[in-house]
Amino acid sequence: MTESTITETVQTIIAELKDKQGALLPILHGVQDALGYIPSDSVPAIAAALNLSRAEVHGVISFYHYFRDTPPGKRTVHLCRAESCQSMGSNALEAHVKTKLGIDYHETTADGQFSLEPVYCLGNCACSPAMQIGEEIYGRVSADAFDDIINDLGA
Amino acid sequence: MSITVYVSGDSSAISIGANRTAAAVVKEAAQRGIDINLVRNGSRGMYWLEPLVEVVVNNERVAYGAVNPSDVASLFDADFLNGNAHALLLGATEEIPYFKKQQRLTFARVGITDPVSLEDYIAHDGYLGLKNAIGMSQADVVKHVTDSGLRGRGGAAFPTGIKWNTVLNTPSEQKYIICNADEGDSGTFSDRMIMEGDPFVLIEGMTIAGLAVGANQGFIYLRVEYPHAHKALNAAIAKAYEAGYLGDNIQGSGKKFDLEVRLGAGAYVCGEETSLMESLEGKRGLVRFKPPLPAISGLFGQPTVVNNVISLASVPVILDKGGDYYRDFGMGRSRGTLPLQLAGNLKHTGLVEIAFGLTLRELLYDFGGGSATGRPIKAVQVGGPLGAFVPESQFDTPLDYEAFAANWTVLGHGGVVAFDDTMNMAEMARYAMEFCAIESCGKCTPCRIGSTRGIEVMDDIINNVDREKNIVLLRSLCDTLLNGSLCALGGMTPYPVLSALNHFPEDFGVDA
Repeated sequence: MTESTITETVQTIIAELKDKQGALLPILHGVQDALGYIPSDSVPAIAAALNLSRAEVHGVISFYHYFRDTPPGKRTVHLCRAESCQSMGSNALEAHVKTKLGIDYHETTADGQFSLEPVYCLGNCACSPAMQIGEEIYGRVSADAFDDIINDLGA
Repeated sequence: MSITVYVSGDSSAISIGANRTAAAVVKEAAQRGIDINLVRNGSRGMYWLEPLVEVVVNNERVAYGAVNPSDVASLFDADFLNGNAHALLLGATEEIPYFKKQQRLTFARVGITDPVSLEDYIAHDGYLGLKNAIGMSQADVVKHVTDSGLRGRGGAAFPTGIKWNTVLNTPSEQKYIICNADEGDSGTFSDRMIMEGDPFVLIEGMTIAGLAVGANQGFIYLRVEYPHAHKALNAAIAKAYEAGYLGDNIQGSGKKFDLEVRLGAGAYVCGEETSLMESLEGKRGLVRFKPPLPAISGLFGQPTVVNNVISLASVPVILDKGGDYYRDFGMGRSRGTLPLQLAGNLKHTGLVEIAFGLTLRELLYDFGGGSATGRPIKAVQVGGPLGAFVPESQFDTPLDYEAFAANWTVLGHGGVVAFDDTMNMAEMARYAMEFCAIESCGKCTPCRIGSTRGIEVMDDIINNVDREKNIVLLRSLCDTLLNGSLCALGGMTPYPVLSALNHFPEDFGVDA
């Protein structure tokens, strides 16, 4: 995506959502849904539209774990670290995932295919351990199942 | 006439293959020239049997499970569409003991109806509560909720009727209803199951709340980790608008109620009601001082009802059958039913809605079937990441808010996570501090700084650096967090930490 189309996309989203009550989070979601992240270049436009300072917008982006200001890999693996998953072996799975992908949390593989993020509960605690890739949720994830899923996704 | 086949569209069922099973059923039926109508219902909440496939035989649902795609051809060979025998046949769904022993009031329709079919909702007693509420005075609607004894199911257990009454009696041009759907507690998924499996019941509950207190705008603050619930809610809200159950003139009553879903962004602390409102206003999710109470000055400074999904979803049955009907379930001051969620290391994980009063042991063994690994259950964490670890010696505690409080434990949102004897509780205590540090909003010092100091102290204890001295320090730190934090995140992190230390000192390398 070129710089001018990014600006255009952001402007369209702002125009569509800025009159909602408490519009900032809906706008940030809109931008991240469209671009995969919230470019720091888009902050001044968002701030101006909502009559906020750039610091306020930046503060909100950095407060929420879900928002990111760098482009993610093609797919983001959200691996659950919470207690229920731990009770079913997620610590071992976590070690396997990091080795398999060769990255730690908040990193992206060198080929740009996968980013890895921790998540604190996916509400899939009856089928622990769990992870999410895109909108797909996976349950009872073993090391082998993880490898199959990643291979199927065309690593 | 086509035969209806049910395969759950619940995201947990999908996570273990329900979509693949559903596709295999459709494909096999087409190949055999059999006309079937596939319904993606909510989950019955028996996840060890998912993907569950159900058919209607003699007006009764018959279940097969767990059905993998490779089982589908043999199901057709066995003529499962007529409920015939097969290795995976479970019999009538509602006769399965795990299900039969429950008392489903809030979850009455989950797993039975097509979640996004308004016709199905109405055919199964939907919108009867709203109909009654429209014919009553506002005070009478609130009185039914007060009389029911319903207490906030999000975890704090504050009486719902009292909250509503405060908002009703606070004059204002603009009031709001907020549904707290930021179900961040590990081991909990009942909100998700309702929103995916019966979204109309939540919409109806919020509409009743709006009419009762005089609020014409509702927001569902949904966590971003629930994309399936987001879709189901939006689909149901669109249908409710089309049919006049939302909008400017609710069912000809002249009353207005608008409803919108807003997404969170992965901050656990936004499940705290004041932080949630800050987030809805488009700000960092910093916790507010109380007072003022949200019921008096909440969202955008206006009187606001903030209730959990399950609290609001329990309102329709209360308005349909009366506050007394609901209050007749339960024990002591814990009235009605509690949807419990069995999670973690248990054989039979899932949802159990039952009247208060069952013991934890009955829940873990009669329903849960013991640990999944077959090893002894060492501890269970009840009430999410801020809940205490309960040792075996306290398993006979009845599920009741006051009985749990007497043990310095909490029922919270009803999540129950079981751990077997391979878990090290000092590691879990360290994790509790780490979680608090990651999720702290940063407004108050005990939580912001104390959690990080807590990780360091736990590391020293685990690595046997000045262990005795650090245990004293840990207790002192917990005292500061417990008594000096602004909200429950810092204020309750000591629950898992100290319960782990008190009940399992050997894991911390100290004598009992």
